[in-house]
Amino acid sequence: MGNLRAILGELVGLFVDDGSLALALLVWCAIVGAGVVVAPGLSPAGGGLALLLGCVVILLANVGWAARARATKR
Amino acid sequence: MTWIQLAPSVTAAFLASFVEFVEAATIVLAVGTVRGWRSALTGTALALAVLCTLVLALGPALARVPDQALQLVVGLLLLLFGMRWLRKAILRGAGVLALHDEEAIFRSESANLRLARATERWGVDPVATVTAFKSVLLEGVEVAFIVIAVAAGGAGLLPGAAAGAAAAGLIVVGLAIVVHRPLARVPENTLKFAVGVLISAFGVYWTGEGLGITWPGQDLSLLALVGAMLVAGMAGVRVASATAARVALRMEAR
Repeated sequence: MGNLRAILGELVGLFVDDGSLALALLVWCAIVGAGVVVAPGLSPAGGGLALLLGCVVILLANVGWAARARATKR
Repeated sequence: MTWIQLAPSVTAAFLASFVEFVEAATIVLAVGTVRGWRSALTGTALALAVLCTLVLALGPALARVPDQALQLVVGLLLLLFGMRWLRKAILRGAGVLALHDEEAIFRSESANLRLARATERWGVDPVATVTAFKSVLLEGVEVAFIVIAVAAGGAGLLPGAAAGAAAAGLIVVGLAIVVHRPLARVPENTLKFAVGVLISAFGVYWTGEGLGITWPGQDLSLLALVGAMLVAGMAGVRVASATAARVALRMEAR
């Protein structure tokens, strides 16, 4: 049972390591998805660019916070 | 199927599988060296059998999921998976996290295995068999997910992606047999960075498709996304190292 739980935990861990990064990415994708539904006239490049830039900003902010948190702990 | 469509899938499958196989090989080597090869190979074979069953059972089921829903789910999973790798590779590249050390993992796993009491059931050592089984199954699930996910763009992509993963497996197994110790010289963080960039780009692309976004230039835009993610990853290393250095200076000044 313990092994099964460990395997399941590690399977979830394949996708979620830092919960805040995963949550922020999912929320951003939902916002872009809602935008595509609400404004179907949005240009394809606009939707794609918004999705990409949002993901990049989230990643950069996350690594910045992680670096600050680690450096403060040392 | 053109090389522009095929190359990103095959490269991503090869590089990602290479890293996963190296990690699995380290544990199997530790099990085989400390507790005997019979148990190590039994655990490996059992894990491969479970993996084959999972792929054969889930593969046809995936074909029944509507295209757009599949693209969205695969895209989101790839995005989470790729960004997780990229984040870790950035933090390791910036010196914020320690590098993955196969030698250290081998030593620690070997020490743990030596501490566990030796028993025998059905001709194998249960502790050793379960350790090898767990490691091969987990890394194998990652390989299977990556192959299926990066090939989600078209039926013609699956053989190429599977061949990329199989080539990586053969190379790692061959190297492990020849050197008979963990493959510590593999530039694992560089590979993980590259895989993170590729998988994240696939994730953004398929999530966009799943959300109903039509990418300009269609498949060609994947190359632009890879370029953008590469630049973002390199910027991430600078952001992380600059932030860590700034905080360290402020702490010293206090």
